[in-house]
Amino acid sequence: MFVVVVGCGRVGASIAQSLIDDGHDVNVIDQNAEALARLGDDFPGNFIQGPALETTVLERGEIERADAFVAATNGDNTNIVIAQVARDRYQVPFVIARVLDPSRAKFYAEQGLTTICPTRTAIEMMESALRAFVAESAEDA
Amino acid sequence: MYAVIVGGGKAGANVARALLRMGHEVSIVEHRPSRFATLEAEFEHMARCGDGTELFVLEAAGTARADVCIAVTGDDEDNIIIGQLSRDHFGVANVVARVNDPRNQEHFDLLGIAPTVCATESILALIEHEVPQHSLVHLFSLRRENLDILEIGVVEGSRADGATVGELSIPDGSLVISVLRNRVGRVAHPDTLLAAGDQVVAIAEPGRESDLMEIFAGD
Repeated sequence: MFVVVVGCGRVGASIAQSLIDDGHDVNVIDQNAEALARLGDDFPGNFIQGPALETTVLERGEIERADAFVAATNGDNTNIVIAQVARDRYQVPFVIARVLDPSRAKFYAEQGLTTICPTRTAIEMMESALRAFVAESAEDA
Repeated sequence: MYAVIVGGGKAGANVARALLRMGHEVSIVEHRPSRFATLEAEFEHMARCGDGTELFVLEAAGTARADVCIAVTGDDEDNIIIGQLSRDHFGVANVVARVNDPRNQEHFDLLGIAPTVCATESILALIEHEVPQHSLVHLFSLRRENLDILEIGVVEGSRADGATVGELSIPDGSLVISVLRNRVGRVAHPDTLLAAGDQVVAIAEPGRESDLMEIFAGD
């Protein structure tokens, strides 16, 4: 499988590395050249520096032949727009976008975009940890 | 009419002023605190502080009852999201968006955000209009209608030179609107006589350029 990952922060770099470990081909796009450092010296895929909103940058990342596309920049709106571009313009079969804002993540999921909301996940996990603590305290009392 | 304007820079503030002068109701949304303070001093309760790409901010601005949403922030990805949220979430019938970087125009088109306004493109079209390098210039695109307004110079010895508009077999999907001669523009009629040096304005479906060029600029 060939995957294009946009945004080489903690999330993007980690996903890119895992995909490589699983034997897939990966190209990574990030605005900052320094982001390449997160991938390590022996990263076998291509690293493309540039703004992912530009189609020339996406095309240098070989989006046209991508089986999957991961939008994981630090901007929610950038991720939502480039995910739709990957899906509607380049017909990438599987597209996933990180969206920190729970309400935008929910709305675009309803529109058919696969969105992942780390904030929502954190809220749910913290709530459930607190509920477990409250239940335990009630038992002890 | 009620307009929600997102982006309180020069474009947003001036659109708000103009709409208010025309007697319309507006809200103007701006997230930068210093910029918001300036807007609040002028627009009072009509100015709202917040990120206009957040649903709760748009909701608080009354976007659900807006007749038009105007996305004029300095970031194209934000303007696209504002356009989509106001249209698809709040059901706003009319969306107008600013394109900051003309390279992003294709994203607005792809995602159906129209009409759009791009300062760079407007400036280039004006330069071409004033200093024509080619005998055919794109003046304006009606994106929703998928029609272009074109300006074409009548070249000496072309089929149009010395012919009336009615005599030319203007191809289907195009129409001559006006003729500019000696700085005087006139609406074109079938009996309008054309001559070399005239500037003809036509409305046409995309792809008619070469047919029109052949009539007005061909040998």
